[in-house]
Amino acid sequence: MKDFNNKFLKIFFVLLVLLYGCSESHFFKQDMVNAEALTSSDEQKNNIAVAKPPFSEDIFPCSECHAEQETNPERRLLDMHEEIVDSFHHDSENRWCLDCHDADNRDFLRLASGSLLKFEESYKLCGQCHGDKLRDWKVGVHGKRTGDWNGNKQYLLCVHCHNPHSPKFESLQPLPPPVRQEDIY
Amino acid sequence: MQKKEKNNSRRNFLKKLPVLALGTVALAGCSSEELDEFFQQNFRTLSKAEKNDIVKNLEKKYSEKYGKEFVVSDKPATEGILFGYALDLSRCIGCRKCVYACVEENNQSREPQVHWIQVLRMENEKGIDVHYANVHYNPDLVPEKGHFYMPVACQQCRNPQCTTVCPTKATWQTEDGIVVVDYNWCIGCRYCMAACPYGARHFNWGEPNIPDEEVNPITHYLGNRPRTKGVVEKCTFCIQRVRDGKYPSCVEICPTGSRKFGNLLDPDSEIRYILENKRVLVFKEELNTQPKFYYFFGV
Repeated sequence: MKDFNNKFLKIFFVLLVLLYGCSESHFFKQDMVNAEALTSSDEQKNNIAVAKPPFSEDIFPCSECHAEQETNPERRLLDMHEEIVDSFHHDSENRWCLDCHDADNRDFLRLASGSLLKFEESYKLCGQCHGDKLRDWKVGVHGKRTGDWNGNKQYLLCVHCHNPHSPKFESLQPLPPPVRQEDIY
Repeated sequence: MQKKEKNNSRRNFLKKLPVLALGTVALAGCSSEELDEFFQQNFRTLSKAEKNDIVKNLEKKYSEKYGKEFVVSDKPATEGILFGYALDLSRCIGCRKCVYACVEENNQSREPQVHWIQVLRMENEKGIDVHYANVHYNPDLVPEKGHFYMPVACQQCRNPQCTTVCPTKATWQTEDGIVVVDYNWCIGCRYCMAACPYGARHFNWGEPNIPDEEVNPITHYLGNRPRTKGVVEKCTFCIQRVRDGKYPSCVEICPTGSRKFGNLLDPDSEIRYILENKRVLVFKEELNTQPKFYYFFGV
């Protein structure tokens, strides 16, 4: 695992240096995080950037509060994250916070394998169950892409459109319908 | 009373000559730009220099009219590119954000209203059947139970009927597959509108009206430059954006990511992935228009 992390870091730094050399780089201008974890040839060719995770204001790093608190894995009413518990609707019968959030280091997510995951790569966590969606997302079919159809593209994370605690896409108010022919004078 | 006979004598003709002279003077009073525009040849036969002059004139004209710097591009198609579009029917929720993003990007008239995209609400039980389609749905929230939504704009046919019926050759399919209109050559006969089976062409029945501050000044000659009364207009896949490498604005606004765009000739493109891996259909396939706009089911 350590070995893997080392390799990972090296690749990341090489990419960072390469990107820094590129003055026209979209990444820094757009305040995007490089999605270095996507390694298929298509993604490398097309320079994909993933937007930063949409944290609520002043909530991250989680360890700021949690470091001093004792870990309690029990399902219970929470004082702090009440709104999340209220709206929790994501296989809520079978799951609770620490199935996705790491118990020992709250600034990270946790895969089923036990390995830690940065919030920037949360799509890997989602992909554990929603593999078909992850596959489609990587090739640009699930989810929205913006930018250049033939060059730099920006991806959104799953959590930009789906609340991870209640992932059903929320209904929207439609914009006004076109004018009816009989209403034109 | 005897009917007065019309006098067609040579003397009378000569007497009327000054009127003709006055007319000539009046014509000479037109600015050279107006004359150039009047005598402009078909866009496809123009040289690079002639096109340059025309877009320069238009930039000047629009900048004065709307009080901001205009860019009118005449960027041609790039070899090896054939644009294609795919729309995910299983994800579209009918919010109409694309309709209004298109209006703003492409300078459609606000009043009288012109919409290039029409979102059809279909009945789940009836499937894709325009007989049961409704464009005027207006609930508090979408999507609605028992319905799905099918946005329709120009299907960018490989075999377009609109271009073949045009008596002035003011509309044609470009090399990258976009069907365009030269508003300077359109005479407003609306044959193309009758020929299009998708209702994708729209006529400017009145003088188009766009508030100055809302006009998009980044334009293309064959796309979103301001139009006049009496010409037909249509979706161009945002020619001013896609020939510059950007996604069409409807793709960028869609909150569900239902809209996909790319190069059909690039085997690694999103659009090719969809065509090869998803269940795809084209609208009114039986008419053999061969659209480059595909509908698919992502889930």
